[in-house]
Amino acid sequence: MRGAAKRVSLRGLLYLVLGAQSLVVLFPLWLMFNSSLKASRQIFRDPFGLPNPVFWKNYLKLFVQQSYERYFLNSIGVSVVSLLLIVVVTSLAAYAIGKYRFRGNQQIFFYFLIGLMLPIRLGTINIMQMFIRVNLYNNLLSLIAIYTAMGIPAGILIFTGFIREIPDELRDSARIDGYGETGIFLRIIVPLLTPAIVVVAVYNLIPIWNDFWFPLILINRDELMTVPLATARLFGKHETDYGLLFAILSAAAIPPIALFVTLSRYFIKGLTAGAIKG
Amino acid sequence: MRQRKIRLFLIAYLLPALTIYTVFMILPILQSMRYSLYTGTGIRPDQFVGFGNYVKLFTQFPFRLRFFNVLKNNVLFFIMVSVSQNVFGFVLAVLLTRRFKGRRFFRSLFFVPTALSVIVVGFVFKLILNPVWGVFDRMLRSLGLEALIRPWLGDPALALPILSLVTAWHFVGIPIIFFTAGIDGISDDIIEAGRIDGVSVWGEVRHILLPMLKPIIGIVTILTFVGNFSEFEIVYSMETVYGNPEYATDVFGSFFYRTAFGTVMNNVNDVGLGAALASIMFLIIFVGVLFFLRITRRET
Repeated sequence: MRGAAKRVSLRGLLYLVLGAQSLVVLFPLWLMFNSSLKASRQIFRDPFGLPNPVFWKNYLKLFVQQSYERYFLNSIGVSVVSLLLIVVVTSLAAYAIGKYRFRGNQQIFFYFLIGLMLPIRLGTINIMQMFIRVNLYNNLLSLIAIYTAMGIPAGILIFTGFIREIPDELRDSARIDGYGETGIFLRIIVPLLTPAIVVVAVYNLIPIWNDFWFPLILINRDELMTVPLATARLFGKHETDYGLLFAILSAAAIPPIALFVTLSRYFIKGLTAGAIKG
Repeated sequence: MRQRKIRLFLIAYLLPALTIYTVFMILPILQSMRYSLYTGTGIRPDQFVGFGNYVKLFTQFPFRLRFFNVLKNNVLFFIMVSVSQNVFGFVLAVLLTRRFKGRRFFRSLFFVPTALSVIVVGFVFKLILNPVWGVFDRMLRSLGLEALIRPWLGDPALALPILSLVTAWHFVGIPIIFFTAGIDGISDDIIEAGRIDGVSVWGEVRHILLPMLKPIIGIVTILTFVGNFSEFEIVYSMETVYGNPEYATDVFGSFFYRTAFGTVMNNVNDVGLGAALASIMFLIIFVGVLFFLRITRRET
């Protein structure tokens, strides 16, 4: 093949492959959302057709009979508090690590980074015992503690990278202006960290929101369940009601997809932070 | 005076993160290793048995059978997931870094599944593949491929490959993002120079992209390795905690869960034995991470 013809066919091939992958990604998700708006009978008779008529009752059942919103509230509460804690404690520690030279600085940084490679669930036995001992079994605080610990390594990595880029002159001139160390952090550093704060929060949000393992181990009271655990429990309970099953799955899938679509830029930044540079 | 003040300030800034991280992550993992040397009923094993739990896992029926089965399954699962996910991810990343209309859109679109919970993904594919609803089978039938229809999740030879493909479908966004960032980071001059010298697309991939992306391939492989050797949710949602059919999809995560935390059907759990399993998982992950770091290090 010669020049121009080759280029055209390559372009065609490119769109063909990307188009095929788009179908592979979208088809199962479309099937799920589409079926969630159908009556079970139509799901079986006509699995690929559009909802006819649109059957909202699946969602009504989910929210009215199953009070699904409380699982949402639990998930939102746990995620928001954990993210706040992660941002606060890791930005403080990253500032100390990134801007001060002291003995053990590198070792502490390394100690935090080990956590990036360690699945926290290997410590589940002890975690469970610990929470039973302090009477926090069946308490959302236990999840908050775990998720905060889980988010610390990535938070430290991302914040330290950002903080090291901030020129020292800013700090020195603030000192001359009479700011104390805390004043410098709050007035000078934190405002500059805003983009990093978003990256850290968004990066940690998805694993926290989606975690199933720790609620499965630490929560068994229905009113305390988070979305993934409630999804599994409801799924097992209504095995034959396909319309409801797809509504359950769609309700669990919509928030992370919506968040990702709006915040994907920050998410991708968090994922590749450090890893590429290092 | 000033030195002391700064030291206090540093401690105050480091302490919250250090404490939470140590108490809820590092100490529990280390503590599990200590518990692996004890046995007993109930939640806190108190009887010292040395390496008894390990001996039990490696030699006693039925633990030995289950242990070597999960070891085999988990290795196969990792190989199938990382090969399919990384090869697809790499090809898509090469395409996504060409200049064309809509590449941002495709980059985001391919990442969408990664935002979902494994539980949701597992259940959706379980419904799609099951013969009761049979949508996948209907699709094959309409393509004239009726002869291919199998009990997808009930055939011991097929179940694990299918779980691997579902996992690759779910997480292919991660290699895509890493590889596109890596390729974008290679200076255009190098690629241009290759093109001027008349290097083919394949030559460009082999002699420029692959060698320069080696450290990133390493990171992606490590992430996959750590994830796969602690995987639990995909097995739970598609094949129950027993790794159906006939333990064909049983992996370390599901075996660990059953052993340490019992199951609904038989509330027998053995925390010491579970801790031994967690310690073995730790060792495998630790050695694996070091190994992949070593072989994918950038040569200097």
